[in-house]
Parts: sequence; C-alpha cells; structure tokens
Amino acid sequence: MSTAPEGFSVYEEVRATPEFARLRHKFRAFVFPLTVAFLAWYLLYVVMSGFARDFMAIQLVGTINVALVFGLLQFVSTFGIAYFYARYAGAQLDPIAEDIRAKAEAR
Amino acid sequence: MNHESLAIVLFLLFVGATLFLTIRASRQTKDAADFYAGGRSFSAAQNGLAIGGDYMSAASFLGIAGIIALSGYDGFLYSIGFLVAWLVALLLVAELMRNSGKYTMADVLAFRMRPLPVRTAAGVSTIVVSIFYLLAQMVGAGALVALLFGLTSEAAKALTIVGVGILMIVYVVVGGMKGTTWVQIVKAVLLMGGATLITLLVLGKYGFNVSSLLGDAAAQSGKGDAFLEPGLKYGTDAQGIAGKLDLISLGLALVLGTAGLPHILIRFYTVPTARDARKSVLWGIGIIGIFYLLTLILGFGAAALVGSKTIAESNPAGNTAAPLLAERIGELIFGSVGGTILLAFIAAVAFATILAVVAGLTLASSSSVAHDLYAHVIKKGKATEQDEVRVAKISAFVIGAVAIVLGIFAQRLNVAFLVALAFAVAASGNLPAILYSLFWKRFNTAGAVASIYGGLGSAVLLVFFSPVVSGKGVDASGKSLSLFPASVDFSWFPLENPGLVSIPLGFLFGYLGTILSKEHRESKFAEMEVRSLTGLGAEQANPH
Repeated sequence: MSTAPEGFSVYEEVRATPEFARLRHKFRAFVFPLTVAFLAWYLLYVVMSGFARDFMAIQLVGTINVALVFGLLQFVSTFGIAYFYARYAGAQLDPIAEDIRAKAEAR
Repeated sequence: MNHESLAIVLFLLFVGATLFLTIRASRQTKDAADFYAGGRSFSAAQNGLAIGGDYMSAASFLGIAGIIALSGYDGFLYSIGFLVAWLVALLLVAELMRNSGKYTMADVLAFRMRPLPVRTAAGVSTIVVSIFYLLAQMVGAGALVALLFGLTSEAAKALTIVGVGILMIVYVVVGGMKGTTWVQIVKAVLLMGGATLITLLVLGKYGFNVSSLLGDAAAQSGKGDAFLEPGLKYGTDAQGIAGKLDLISLGLALVLGTAGLPHILIRFYTVPTARDARKSVLWGIGIIGIFYLLTLILGFGAAALVGSKTIAESNPAGNTAAPLLAERIGELIFGSVGGTILLAFIAAVAFATILAVVAGLTLASSSSVAHDLYAHVIKKGKATEQDEVRVAKISAFVIGAVAIVLGIFAQRLNVAFLVALAFAVAASGNLPAILYSLFWKRFNTAGAVASIYGGLGSAVLLVFFSPVVSGKGVDASGKSLSLFPASVDFSWFPLENPGLVSIPLGFLFGYLGTILSKEHRESKFAEMEVRSLTGLGAEQANPH
C-alpha cells in the first residue's frame, strides 16, 4: 500500500512550496489553453458540418472534398496534440513531480 | 463447411482462449486491488490495447460502418467525436484520476466530500450509464445472431443473449479485472487484425486509389456526391434548424461523454503510475484512431462493393455492412470459399467484440455496487477486502441477470439511441463532477450531488420528452418512429440528443449546489491537488 506519509499536513506543506506552485502553473498553463483550442477546433468542424454544407462539399482532388479533409485533419490534430502533450509532460512535468515526491517521501 | 458453422468454431476458439486466460488470471487474483484494478500491474501498452478493447464496441464497429454504408459521410461524424473525446481524458482526467483514486470513479468524487451522499450518487450514475450501454450491446448481440445465422425467431435471439450474459458473468466473477483485461486485449488484436485485413483487400481492389473507391461508393449508393457530404442522416434540410442543433448536441455528448464513462475510467487504475496511465491513453488514441480510419474504408467499401440497397434489405440500420463486405471482397479475390471464410471470421470477431465490452461494463458496475454502495454506504467503510470482493462477485451475477432479462425485452429498442443516451448521461452527470472535483477548490458535497443527479436527471428527462420516445410520426409502412405508438404524443423537447442542454445544466447544477451550500472543503483540496499532480500517496502497484 501507500508508502507516503499520512495526514494532510504534509500535503499542505508541499502545496505551499514554490516548486509545487511551479508544477501546477506549468500543468495548467499548458493543458487549459490546449483543451479550449481542440474543443473549439472540433466544434468548428461540427458546426460547419451542419451550417456550411456548400463549403464542405467543394471537391479538392477527384471525389475528395473539404468535408473529408476537414474530418481527417481532426485525426491529425488529435494524434499531434496527444504526442505534443506526452513530450511536454515527460520533459517539463514529470521531473518536477518526481522531485517533489522524492523530497516529501524522504522526510 | 458453411459460414455459420465456421463462425461458431472460430468464436468457440475465442471463448476457449479467453477462458483459459481468465482462469490463469484468477490464480493471480488474491486481494481487492487484483480484483478491481488488476493489481495495477498491466503495462501501458497492454492497458492501451484494453482501452481500445473496451471502447471499440459492436456499436462502433458494425454501427458506424453501417451508417457510412447507408448514409455516407455522416457516419464519419461519430468516429471523429469518439476519437477527439480521448483528448479530454488524456489532458484533464487520466493521470489525475490514477493518482487520486483507488478502484472506482466515486473514489475521486468522494475524495474530499462527505462520502455517503457522494458515493451513493456516483454509484447510481455508474449503474445507470453502464446498464444503458450494456443493453445496447445485448440488443446488438441478439440482432447480430439473427442476421448472420438466419435465426430470426425470438427464442434464438433470447438464447444468444442468455449465452452472452453467462459468459460475461464468468469472465468477471472468475477473472476480475485481470481476466477482463486479457479478454479486451485478445479482442482488440482480433478486431484490429480483421478490420485491417478487409480494408487492405478493399483498397487493393481499387489499386489504393481512395478517390475512385469514394466515387464508386457515391455512384452505387444512388445518392451521388451528396453521399460524400454531411447531411444525409443528421440535420437534413427537411428537419430544419432543430436537426442541425441536434447534430451539434450529439457532437457535444460524444466528445464530452468518454471521460465520464465508468468502465473507461477504471482502466486508468490498472497501471502502476500516472505516467503509465498517460502512455496507455496514447496507445489507446493510436489504436482507436486507426480503427476509425479503417471503418471509414469499410463503410464506403461496403457501399461500393455490396451496394446500399442490398445492405438496407439485409438490415435497415446497416449493421450487417461489415460482414457483408467481408463476404463480398473474399468472393471477389479468393472465390466463394474465401468469401465464406472471411464472413465467418468477421462474424466471430463481432461476437468477441460484444462479449468483451459487456464484460467490461459488468465489471465497472459490480465494482461500484461493492466498493461504493456496499463497503462505504452500507458498511460505512468497515467491510473487509474479502467481503467487498465477495459482494462484487454477487453483484456481477445480479447485474448480469438483470441485463439478460432487460436485453431480451429490449429487442425492439434502437441500439444507437441507447449508446447516445449513455454518452449524454456520462457527459452531463459524471464529467462536471469529475472536473470540478479535480480543479475547483470550493467544490463541495452539495455541488457534487447536485451535478450528478441534476445532469443525469435532465439528460434522461429531456430524452423522455423528446421525439425519440413519442411524437416523431410514422415511417412509410405506417410504423411509429418513436418508442411509443404513433397515437401517443407527449413530446415537447425538439432535439433527440439532450447534450446541448443537459451538459451545461450539469455544470450549472454543480456550481449552484456548491455556492448555495455553506459547507467548505478547501482544506482537503491540498491533499487532492498535491496527490493528483505529483502522485504523492497514490496507490502503488501490487508486487510480484
């Protein structure tokens, strides 16, 4: 089971450290704007599927139209954002989180 | 050998292999963490495959390919919503949940609240969402056996549902989370393999020219270029503005529902660390994304090579598009024996798909009954681990039996409607409570209870007063398009999908419930925030 110290005084102390504030800031400053961005991008696609059908119907190459390309771009952006976040978290968030945890557990 | 007996042999092989893995898993299932969370010892790749296995239901395999084969582009809208939804899970939920929870969704919601009311609410919504979803799969199994084996009698459908129900109970009771996860992994590999094979054969037939495949699909559908554009199924011009709002409402529920599905959320507990939870979601996104790209080709390929008319004659909802395509492409390339073999293989894969998903749902709901309702609400946290697991197994029996009975009586219900409702309830009731718990310091017990019951209640009520239940009119043959006979009409909500209204309501209820209550829970937020972001004090994996 848990090897961490019990009771929340430890948590309150950790939460007050500048290190933790930095971790929280780095997490939120990355994740919140990205969430707003991909939701807006997705809703744009859904709204255009409902209200901009003439534009979605424009054929680009052969029978391949804007609607299909827009849909495929949602796949590309989803894969891209997932990869981008994983890289950021591995490089920027994990080391700080591990450091904080190690220090707290060593006490 | 005909395709029916070959399909049964292949399916029995799947059942035999998964039962073997389940029994092996049962020998390694010793404590509650093993039963509920697979000992938290699965690797990120294994859990990623299992995420795919839990998520790629028969509704998405047969259903989406079918919608594309009959209505063209609009089926693709489903795939995109289902995929993008995983970013919500990845960025906001998976890692934080792994760090702060233990076995169920309610662990996170009740973390800093008064446990009794919050666990009860979360348990109720877990069971409601899982039962809707479970029913959809059960109904799908009954329909599938009728279509693939020509067994259209009510008795044959009922017998299939009983068989599926018994197998899922065995997986859950014997193997717990370990056994169920292995079932998901085997199923995901088979499903991806089958879908990839058929897709490559279809593309090969067209010399890997997607444009000419699409052109052929449009021509064969009889609808021309409109087949490749949005608007044949959702938000048609005839439905006017309500239809278009309905489309947006559906899109919202799809993208926000996934991160509130209990059987998906408990997958994050099966890996050792939050970092593995993140990696397993990455695996999941990769597998699920590729799978939906494959179904796009399968759907258009079925329209091009089988023809929308033949598919609609076989099943009005298009659910047999993928199996029919398998048979056709097999015949075209390898002759009639090839067609029989491929049809049998895809039919067996479809059954494996249903079986794996219902096992995951049964596990999620019985875990919640045992861990939330029994151990924390009834026994006030004083139940022993053995007791909890025993109750979980009994619950799996009861939930399985209930699902079998409801599944037999629900044969007439529309599968897509049940899945859409499950997503709407998850997005309106569960997601607001989860996000507020993780990110809003002031959030409290009243807020959590208000958002769960408020979101769940408004989603269910709005559907009840929507055209889905009454007042949609009749089809060409005079059959009612709603659940109720055409003579009854008590509908006043114009949209078939409640999400556009019920999701904001869920968030609003959570906000109002919180600020109208004087309860303050800020002190415990420090523990939640530090634990969720750093993993300090998080549950550890079982040693081996």
